[in-house]
Amino acid sequence: MEVVMNQQRKKIHPHKFTLWVAIASILMMFAGLTSAFIVKSNLTGWRNIKMPTVFWYSTAAILLSSLTIQVAIRSFKQREMKQYRSMIAWTLVLGVAFIVLQYFGFKNLWEQNIRFSGSAGAGQFLYVIFGLHALHVIGGAIALLVMFLKAYVGKVKLYSSVPVEVMATYWHFVDILWIYLLVFFIVIG
Amino acid sequence: MSEATHIHPGSVGHEVAHDDHHHGHHEQSFITKYIFSQDHKTIGKQFLITGIIWAIVGGLFSVLFRLQLGFPGQSFPILETFFGHWAKGGTIQPEFYYALVTMHGTVLVFFVLTAGLSGTFANLLIPLQVGARDMASPFMNMLSYWFFFMASIVMISSLFIQTGPASGGWTVYPPLSALGQASDGSKLGMDLWIVAMALFVVSSLLGGLNYIATILNMRTKGMSMTRLPLTIWALFFTAVLGVLSFPVLLSGLILLLFDRNLGTSFYLSDIVVAGEVLPNEGGSAILFQHLFWFLGHPEVYIILLPAMGMVSEILSVNSRKPIFGYMAMLGSLFAIAILAFLVWAHHMFVTGLNPFLGSVFVLLTLLIAVPSAIKVFNWLTTLWRGNIRLFPSTLFAIGFVSLFISGGLTGIFLGNSTIDIHLHDTMFVVAHFHIVMGVASMFGMFAGVYHWFPKMFGRYLNATLGYVHFWVTMIGSYLIFWPMHYEGLAGMPRRYLDKSIWKSFNQFGDLDKMITVVSIIVFAVQLMFVFNFFYSIFKGRKVTSTNPWGANTLEWTTPINPGHGNWEGEIPEVHRWAYDYGKDGREFIPQTEPVGANESKH
Ligand code: HEM
Ligand SMILES: [Cu+2]
Repeated sequence: MEVVMNQQRKKIHPHKFTLWVAIASILMMFAGLTSAFIVKSNLTGWRNIKMPTVFWYSTAAILLSSLTIQVAIRSFKQREMKQYRSMIAWTLVLGVAFIVLQYFGFKNLWEQNIRFSGSAGAGQFLYVIFGLHALHVIGGAIALLVMFLKAYVGKVKLYSSVPVEVMATYWHFVDILWIYLLVFFIVIG
Repeated sequence: MSEATHIHPGSVGHEVAHDDHHHGHHEQSFITKYIFSQDHKTIGKQFLITGIIWAIVGGLFSVLFRLQLGFPGQSFPILETFFGHWAKGGTIQPEFYYALVTMHGTVLVFFVLTAGLSGTFANLLIPLQVGARDMASPFMNMLSYWFFFMASIVMISSLFIQTGPASGGWTVYPPLSALGQASDGSKLGMDLWIVAMALFVVSSLLGGLNYIATILNMRTKGMSMTRLPLTIWALFFTAVLGVLSFPVLLSGLILLLFDRNLGTSFYLSDIVVAGEVLPNEGGSAILFQHLFWFLGHPEVYIILLPAMGMVSEILSVNSRKPIFGYMAMLGSLFAIAILAFLVWAHHMFVTGLNPFLGSVFVLLTLLIAVPSAIKVFNWLTTLWRGNIRLFPSTLFAIGFVSLFISGGLTGIFLGNSTIDIHLHDTMFVVAHFHIVMGVASMFGMFAGVYHWFPKMFGRYLNATLGYVHFWVTMIGSYLIFWPMHYEGLAGMPRRYLDKSIWKSFNQFGDLDKMITVVSIIVFAVQLMFVFNFFYSIFKGRKVTSTNPWGANTLEWTTPINPGHGNWEGEIPEVHRWAYDYGKDGREFIPQTEPVGANESKH
C-alpha cells in the first residue's frame, strides 16, 4: 500500500498537479457566476439576449487552437522543433483571433443596445462572464508568447515536455470552459 | 531585482532539489535573502511579522470603538489629536465608528487570522514537516506574499483618504456598499476595499495551490499520508477550502464592482437614495449574501483549522502522549471541510429564506457539532493522564480547547433557525464568533508561535512573559466576551453606535464599561507579547539542541538555524507516524527512527 503510494506520487509533476488545482479554483469562480445567473434569471426585470453569430466563429477558432497545441506537444516529444514552433505560433494566432472575435461579439451586443446600466438581464452577465473568460485566454496567450519566444531565441535546448504539457492543459481548459459558457448562455440565457 | 525573479530550477522535485544546498555558487544579497526571498521559512516569517503589524492596527481599532461603546458620548481629547475630524471634540463620530468596526473585522478575519495564521505556519511547517527542501513552486510562494503585501498597502491607503475607509461591516452587504451616494464609507474607500480583497484572494490562491501541491507531491520517502502530522492535514484542508471558496467571493466582488462603477443591476433593485430614484431593477441583494457566505462560512474554518492542527500537535508533544484517535481526528477534519461548504445559509435565516430550505441548513449546521465534539473529546483524552509540561504553548493550546467548547456551544443556539430569529445581529453573535473563532484561533496562533519560535529564530521566547501573556489574555477574553451573551439574549443589537435611548439596555451600562476596561488591559498585554517577540529574536535565550521540545516531527531534525534547503545532507527518511510518545518506556521516538524488531504496535 505504502509502496504504491510512493510510486504514484512520483507520477505527476508538481507543476501539472498545481495546474489541476488551479483549474478547480477557476471553475469555482465561474460556478459562482453562473449560479448567480440562474438565481437572477428568475427575478423580475430580467431580459434575455440574442447571441451574436460572431461567437460561433470564435468557438471555431478556439477549438482549432486546441488541435494545434496538441500537435505542438506531439512534435515536441518527437523533437521536431520546426513543426513545434510553427504549431505554437498557430495556436497563438488562433488565440488572438479568438480575443478579437470576442471583442466583435461584445460590440455587436452593445449595438443591440445591451448596456451596463439599467435593469438586470442576461447581457450584463454575459459581459462579465465572457469578459473574465477572455482574461483567462489573454493570460494563456501571454504565456504562449513567452513559450514561443523561448523556442525561437532561447539558446538553451529545451528537453522537458512538462512546460508544454502544462500550457496545453491550460489551453484545453479555457477551450472547454468556453464551450460550457456558450452552451450555458444558449440553453439558459 | 533580476535576482529576485530568478526561479530556482533546483527546488522542484526531489532529484534536482539537491543542488539547492550548494548555495555557494550565487551569493545571496540582503534583498534575495530577506526581501524577495524564495525560502519558505523566510516567507513564513514575512507573513508572521506583517500579520503582527496588522493585529496591532486591527486590535487598536477595537479598543477605539470599545471606548465609544463603554463610554458613549464621553470626550477623549487625545482622540481628536490623532484622528482630527473623525473624532471631533474627542468623541468618536458615527462614520468613524462604523469604519472602525468594519476595518477591525476585515483586518482581523483576513489579514491577521487568514494570511497571518495560515501564511505563517503553512509556509514554515509544510516543507519542514513533510520533508521537502521547499514548496512545489518557491517563486509562486514568494508572489503569494507580495500579493498579500500589495493588498495590505491598498487597504492601509484607504485609511488615509478624505472619505475614509469602507464602512458597512466586514461583510460589505449591498445595497449600502454598492451606492457611493449612500454614505462616505461607500465611496472610494469601498473600491479600495474591493481591490485590496481581490489582491488578497490572488495571494491566498497562489499560496493554497502551493500548499496542496507540496503536501501531495513532495513528501519525503516513507512519509505516507497517514504518517503526516495533524498540523499538515489541517493545513491541507485549509488550503482546499481556500482554493475552492475564495474564487466565489471574488466573483461576488467583481459583480459588486460593476454595480458600483458601471451602473449594472446585479444587486440593486427599486432603490430610492437621498431622494433620488435609481433606474436599477431586477437585482438581488440576497444574491450577494449567498456569494459572500459561500466563502464566508468556509472562511471561518480556514481560520480555525490551522489552529486545530497546531493544537493537536502541541498537546501531544507536551503531554508526552500520542494524539488520541489520529484517524478520528483526520475523519473529523474531513467532515468539517465538507460540511463547511454546505451550511452557508445559516447566516441568512432572517433574509426571508424559505423556511423549509432553512430547516435543511439547520440540520447540516448542527451536524458540524459531531466532528467538533469528536475533536474536543480527543484533545481532552490526549491530555488525560499525560505527563503534561505546562509551557506557554501548552497553556495556549489548552485555552484553545476551552474557548472552542464555549463558542461551539453557542453555535448550537444560533444554528437553530427559530432561536436565531431572536439572536441574529445581536451581541450574542459577536460573543459566539469571537470566542470560537477570533480568540480561539488567536490562541492557536500564540501556541504555534511559542512552540515554533525556536525553529524560526534559533532562540526562545521569554517564558515568564509568556505566562503573564496567557493568563491575562485567557481571563480577559472570557471577561470581555462572556457578558456579551447576556446582552445579546436581552436583544442588544450589534454594531450600534449608541444604545442609551433604549432604557432596557441601561442595565448593561456598567458591564459595557467593564468590557472596555478589560479590552484595554488585554490589548496592552498583547503589546507586551509583541515586545517579547521582537526582543527575543535578537536577545532571547539561545537554543542549544536541535530538538528542544523532544518532538518527533521532521522539522527538529534540521540544524538549529537551517539554510535554504533545510537539511544539510540527504532529506531524512520516515519510518513511523509522528506520535510515538511514551512508548516502550521511551519518552519519544522521532519519525526518522526505523521500527525496531520487538517494538509494540501503537
Ligand atoms: C457547532 C458549531 C457552530 C454552529 C452551529 C454555528 C452557527 C452559527 C450561526 C447560525 C451563525 C449566524 C448567526 C447570526 O448571524 O444570526 C454563526 C455566526 C458566526 N459563526 Fe458560527 N457556528 C459554529 C461554529 C463556528 C466556528 C467553529 C466558527 C469559526 C471558527 C464560527 C464562526 C462564526 C462567525 C465568524 C459568525 C458571524 C459572522 C458575522 O455575522 O459577522 N462558528 N454561527
Ligand atoms: Cu457560518
